[in-house]
Amino acid sequence: HKAVEKPKTGEGLQVNYITPDGEKVTVYAKEGDNLLDIAHANDIDLEGACEGSLACSTCHVIVEDKYYDQLEEPSDEENDMLDLAFGLTETSRLGCQVIMSKELDGITVRLPSATRNLQVEKLR
Amino acid sequence: STHPPPASTEALTIGMVGSGPAGFYTAQHLLRNLPNVKIDMYEALPVPYGLVRFGVAPDHPEVKNVIHKFETIAQDPRFRFIGNVRIGHDLDLAELKPRYDALILSYGASQDQRLGLPDEDAIPNVFSARAFVGWYNGLPEHRDLNPDLESSDTAVVIGQGNVALDVARVLLMPLDELAKTDITEHALEALRRSKIRHVHLIGRRGPLQASFTAKELREMIALPDTKLHLDVPLLQSQMEAGSAILSKERPRRRLMELLLKGATNPLSNTSPTSKSWSLKFLSSPIHLVTNPTTQALEGLQLEKNRLEGPLNAPRAVGTGEIEEIPCGLLLRSIGYKSVPLQGLPFDSKRGMIPNVRGKVQNEDSFTSGIYVAGWLKRGPTGVIAATMYDAIETADTIINDIQKGELQPRIGPTVPPGFKGLESMLRARGVKVVDFHAWKKIDEVEVAEGTPKGKPREKVVEVDKMMEIAGR
Ligand SMILES: Cc1cc2nc3c(=O)[nH]c(=O)nc-3n(C[C@H](O)[C@H](O)[C@H](O)COP(=O)(O)OP(=O)(O)OC[C@H]3O[C@@H](n4cnc5c(N)ncnc54)[C@H](O)[C@@H]3O)c2cc1C
Ligand code: FES
Repeated sequence: HKAVEKPKTGEGLQVNYITPDGEKVTVYAKEGDNLLDIAHANDIDLEGACEGSLACSTCHVIVEDKYYDQLEEPSDEENDMLDLAFGLTETSRLGCQVIMSKELDGITVRLPSATRNLQVEKLR
Repeated sequence: STHPPPASTEALTIGMVGSGPAGFYTAQHLLRNLPNVKIDMYEALPVPYGLVRFGVAPDHPEVKNVIHKFETIAQDPRFRFIGNVRIGHDLDLAELKPRYDALILSYGASQDQRLGLPDEDAIPNVFSARAFVGWYNGLPEHRDLNPDLESSDTAVVIGQGNVALDVARVLLMPLDELAKTDITEHALEALRRSKIRHVHLIGRRGPLQASFTAKELREMIALPDTKLHLDVPLLQSQMEAGSAILSKERPRRRLMELLLKGATNPLSNTSPTSKSWSLKFLSSPIHLVTNPTTQALEGLQLEKNRLEGPLNAPRAVGTGEIEEIPCGLLLRSIGYKSVPLQGLPFDSKRGMIPNVRGKVQNEDSFTSGIYVAGWLKRGPTGVIAATMYDAIETADTIINDIQKGELQPRIGPTVPPGFKGLESMLRARGVKVVDFHAWKKIDEVEVAEGTPKGKPREKVVEVDKMMEIAGR
């Protein structure tokens, strides 16, 4: 688990996060960084309770179909944790296990909403 | 909501009871969304983090990484940790209530379910998994448990959940691995002398109803020099009968496939092993067998069950057929249990405070403004991730109530809000408070004592010693 370096302006691979409120946040990242660290570097609220050591499932993200197919198969250990993820879908992955590469440039992932029906207005 | 957020000058003072993951995640969400909130978190022990410290197995340090997050939350100037204060004992809920705009109870589940067997409490070497886990994890209450691990080579665990697998793994795993963890020194010593080689895990119902999860099962299967025994034809027939359910439930399907693989692994079947563990299904404990002269535990009688009712939620029905297995240590791991707090409703069947999205029901002036989170809110099951989600739900419920103007202001502007007025009351009662800074002193001593042994920390296991280090 490390603080990632952001790429120079105008460079880097594009990552789009859709927050639980439906807001789309576009950020740029370097090859080799994972979606959890990238989120943290950009103040995106993705939890990572075990700090990327495959022991929690709080970094669950839902990957857009066309990019999901580009990803390497999840390991048995990742699948074990995904099985405990809240609101598991066909294209769920653990953010700490998705490593950015050129093929993933432009990827969109959705952060599952923690609470189902409750609509809370942002107070900030 | 049509109501505006509280005016920025108006500070809210929120009290919390319990410093486990439910408490910290609720606090985090409130601090993030309510700029003017002040949070006082009460904890019965001088040390924070609840089951992350006293439950999570010592060989799962990755799970405890979440503590770094909790430490960051505790650094927020709007947050105060008030350790060594047991609510319902050192301070009553009725004393807290008028000082806070809202109270959040996240005090977890501090008791355990019993088997209901005669002499369950009188026979030596019969413990709850909660006590056994507390013993190896340094819970002050159980540091003197002193389980006898030398008189027999067989232990029985009643239950087939993750806690049952945790205690079985601690009993069977290689000592050199355990020695590198934060397991207490007294437990490590006892485990060094342990003669336990076989552990049976007993379940009332069938393999499809086992409640452990894949990660923990995978670790058990990977234990060196240890073989898994289970009724393979039963597993296969249950998987076949339940195939419609399994095809829709990915986690269960993967778990059953892993179980079958683990039980039929040709490698471990040919090479002899010195240790073993077994999953015994369709069995209910009915009688503890003791030596007539020494009273020592010698075995357990089980009644065989069959399953009746719907495939997705069958009942276990006794067949009258009895089996006896020898054992010298018995741990019951059939669940934790929350305790009620005076003045509040309690669902003793489900072991939780009735609530809707974290808001305590039965509204009157006392219960209004009281919320629950974590194991106390949804019953004592679920990993930290589940606890986090329900903590966020509770925080959202509170924020919503504030927006709707439904949160009554605390009673009586005549008493100062929060901890201020209670401090002198506690002092008068001889209760010494451990703040976060004082806990960090204990933390530092633990880490310093662990380092030369190659352990992440050596836990202080006595409250008196904790208080001495904290300078209280
Ligand atoms: C043996 C065991 C192993 C586990 N292993 C894992 C794991 O590997 N991974 C995982 O994700 N989850 C694990 N869990 C589950 C996880 O621990 C729970 O999801 C989580 O701790 C529940 O949080 P909580 O805050 O509701 O309760 P707790 O963590 O129990 O916290 C409650 C706190 O309240 C305090 N308290 C109690 N009564 C009072 C009172 N009257 N006044 C003041 N304070 C009080 C307690 O001292 C405690 O600190 C495990 C659980 C157990 C039992
Ligand atoms: S951060 Fe825990 S699994 Fe990714």
